[in-house]
Amino acid sequence: MTDATSGPDVNSGPTPDNALREADAAEKKGPMLAADGTPLKKSLMRALRREKLRALMLIAPLLIFVLVTFIAPIADMLFRSVENEIVAETLPRTVVALEDWDYASGEAPDEDVFAAFYVDMVEAEEFKVHTRLGSRLNYETTGISSLFRKSGRGVGRMDTDEYTDAFIDLDPAWEDPAVWMELMAADTTSEILPETNSAWDSWLRILKENDDNVAEEEPEDFLYAMLYRDLTRNSDAVAAYDGPQAALLQAAAEATADIPEVSIKEQFLDIDDDWGDTEVWGTIKAFSPKYTSGYFLSSVDLKLTPDGVEQQPDNQKIYLLLFKRTMFMSLTIMVSCILLGYPVAYLLSNLPMRVSSLLMILVLLPFWTSLLVRTSAWKVLLQQQGVINDILVWVGLVADNNRLVMINNQFGTIVAMTHILLPFMILPLYSVMKTIPPSYVRAAKSLGATPWTAFWRVYFPQSVPGIGAGSILVFILAIGYYITPELVGGTTGTFISNRIAYHISSSLNWGLAAALGTILLVVVLLLYWVYDKIVGIDNVSLG
Amino acid sequence: MDGSAANDAFVEFDRVQKSYDGETLVVKDLNLSIGRGEFLTMLGPSGSGKTTCLMMLAGFETATHGEIRLGGQEINNIPPHKRGIGMVFQNYALFPHMTVAENLAFPLEVRKMGKSEREEKVKRALDMVQMGSFGGRRPAQLSGGQQQRIALARALVFEAELVLMDEPLGALDKQLREHMQFEIKHIADNLGITVVYVTHDQTEALTMSDRVAVFQDGRIQQLDPPDVLYEEPQNSFVAQFIGENNTLNGTVKSMTADKAVVELDNGEMIDTVPVNVNAVGDRTLVSIRPERVEFNKDRLAPDAHTLKAEVLEFIYMGDIYRTRLRVAGNDDFIVKTRNAPDQRRLKAGEMLEIGWRPQDCRALDA
Ligand SMILES: Nc1ncnc2c1ncn2[C@@H]1O[C@H](COP(=O)(O)OP(=O)(O)OP(=O)(O)O)[C@@H](O)[C@H]1O
Ligand SMILES: [Mg+2]
Repeated sequence: MTDATSGPDVNSGPTPDNALREADAAEKKGPMLAADGTPLKKSLMRALRREKLRALMLIAPLLIFVLVTFIAPIADMLFRSVENEIVAETLPRTVVALEDWDYASGEAPDEDVFAAFYVDMVEAEEFKVHTRLGSRLNYETTGISSLFRKSGRGVGRMDTDEYTDAFIDLDPAWEDPAVWMELMAADTTSEILPETNSAWDSWLRILKENDDNVAEEEPEDFLYAMLYRDLTRNSDAVAAYDGPQAALLQAAAEATADIPEVSIKEQFLDIDDDWGDTEVWGTIKAFSPKYTSGYFLSSVDLKLTPDGVEQQPDNQKIYLLLFKRTMFMSLTIMVSCILLGYPVAYLLSNLPMRVSSLLMILVLLPFWTSLLVRTSAWKVLLQQQGVINDILVWVGLVADNNRLVMINNQFGTIVAMTHILLPFMILPLYSVMKTIPPSYVRAAKSLGATPWTAFWRVYFPQSVPGIGAGSILVFILAIGYYITPELVGGTTGTFISNRIAYHISSSLNWGLAAALGTILLVVVLLLYWVYDKIVGIDNVSLG
Repeated sequence: MDGSAANDAFVEFDRVQKSYDGETLVVKDLNLSIGRGEFLTMLGPSGSGKTTCLMMLAGFETATHGEIRLGGQEINNIPPHKRGIGMVFQNYALFPHMTVAENLAFPLEVRKMGKSEREEKVKRALDMVQMGSFGGRRPAQLSGGQQQRIALARALVFEAELVLMDEPLGALDKQLREHMQFEIKHIADNLGITVVYVTHDQTEALTMSDRVAVFQDGRIQQLDPPDVLYEEPQNSFVAQFIGENNTLNGTVKSMTADKAVVELDNGEMIDTVPVNVNAVGDRTLVSIRPERVEFNKDRLAPDAHTLKAEVLEFIYMGDIYRTRLRVAGNDDFIVKTRNAPDQRRLKAGEMLEIGWRPQDCRALDA
């Protein structure tokens, strides 16, 4: 056989390949040099780098745009889904104090924790962030929000003013901000009066926030309360203290024995009994780390409790159901798009040009009408007093008092979304079918295949890449669809995206919204990966 | 094959017409009968209706009028897959998602043939086109020539008696094309199948066919074996289309049954065979093949008419010399001579007397 293509490479002339091979051989003997004496590899690299740089500059605007509008929001979303700094930021002392507390003991934390919490709350209340924290923790345990709001109002009215009065009675100097300033500025006070010192920092921040001068404002109750605690606990260290105002401090330390203790814990329990509830403190402790898996657990109907991960109570399990429903409905929509779109795409690609362009306009028509209008049109058609029901009643297929419910449920959502997403199935299918020459089917028929066999064995396999592309497109669009299920979904036809929107705009639980969104993203990527393994992304043609 | 098909017509076109748009006839009154085992080529310029005829035979187009018969039976209303006609397409139409072996097994599978028999036949067909070791490949992994062989094997594997080929070699380079021409011809002869072959390459048509049908404008202009077609073209279209041809314009001066004297436009007289002229005074196009022109006076008959000619160009082409002359006002008069030891090489500017045997010079329609 003298097939030109199967002969061995006996060509001895300098084909480009041979030249390359020779160059390779030369390289093995010693580095090839470019005309200017630099090694060839190096100058090639330099030339290529310049090219790459130029290419990079060309795509730079797009790259920046994509980074800013796409990558950054996604990164932000991923971050938000685990971010939980609010607890540690708002209640820094409480978080530390709670480390020693054991939820399993079944008892509320001790006085130390409440003292730390007291100072934290005073500062938080002043900055009005305690309500935010309350709402955040309310996602985990209901009731915390109002508890925080109530306590925010209560911390200013606690009986800790008894300490204030007692200290001032002892020595009016305690009323003087200058004395406090001098005392707190000393090096050693942070060791002998740690809680007071820490509270003083809060006091300074509060004053700064209100544009007040430290020297003019009288110290508040919580400072005296902390001072009392420090003096009673560190009496030895106070006795050894020899810095500024040592005499005043030591006199006060002596006198503390006569000042009755006001239990801060009791004060909080007075504000609300719930502060004795280990559930509340357990929640605060469970969500005190800066990063939490709590949002993700909530997304799959689990719950991070002080005891560890638990199932949500049955009446609050909605997310797995919603995910399953979103999947199921997206798949249904995808399959209906394939079933409806395939024949249309087939017609489009096989009809004469004139007819097919008319048909194409009909296919594209939905693109040119507002999504809202189209969805509302379905409402008009499908509602119980709507066109379709009217016709069915008129024909006599349906009794007037027994009209079909076709909207505000899954059926309505599937119908409306199939209609809206159909072009995304037809267009990729069409672009693939357009490239299948009619001679394949003709060849199959000439070989004896019936029209159906010719279609199924020859045409269909070649159109599969179009089905793949269309399915991916429709499925991914459907899984994240929001507006149509919102309008026609009712309660049984809503998607996970409606829940995400709810958390973003109504409940303001952005962390949970981010976690749900992240799961959605992962599901899509996973499906994409599975699809790539089974069908091969290279086989997908978007035309 | 002797080409006398009429006694054993296997394929018949009977007064077939075809129009796509209802306004123009693409095929006009086609009458053609093809004998069993014949290799018939449809040759013609682009758009002359060759593919249309083939598609009507295969069943992918319906004849607007007339009857097509296969083995004596009318097939106008039989769908393509029931006609049992093998077909090789111009782009081969090998199914890209199947391997070579699966492609070949396809027609057997749809005929519900058993697996072992199928494999046996596929193997035999692959061996026939010398592609035995390529069964596992995909069409995309084959060269054009190899794909061509597979397409041929696929059209033959289910033992069709009639195989249609629409420019099967169009995409191959010249050398491979010539090689495949012989191979197809040999396979067709060995299997004894009937082949209807479409091409617009006249060399291909001449080398492969038992008979050639020259198409122009939806009509068969001439249907004859290659040698007849070349040497005795029935009209000036065929003469021009097949091979190289010199033409001279003139008027018939006198005419007998086997000889017509034609006065050329510059007044010179030549002897011709009347083919397509009817009466004295008719305008005519005189046709003569370049290799039949003689300028060595010794080889001409003593009473032959001769014409004066001036050498314009001499081209050395290896096996032949090609000389361009000015004859009777025609600057494109070509003479081909064999590169023989005694052959003279002419020089530009030389004046000659040229002539020919009267039977080589045909007076055709103007
Ligand atoms: N499907 C069609 N619809 C309308 N007109 C057609 C169609 N197919 C072919 N024609 C027209 O019919 C005429 C003959 O076409 P056909 O394909 O038979 O030519 P052909 O001889 O095979 O030419 P070629 O050598 O270029 O293949 C052309 O004028 C062409 O434009
Ligand atoms: Mg053609």
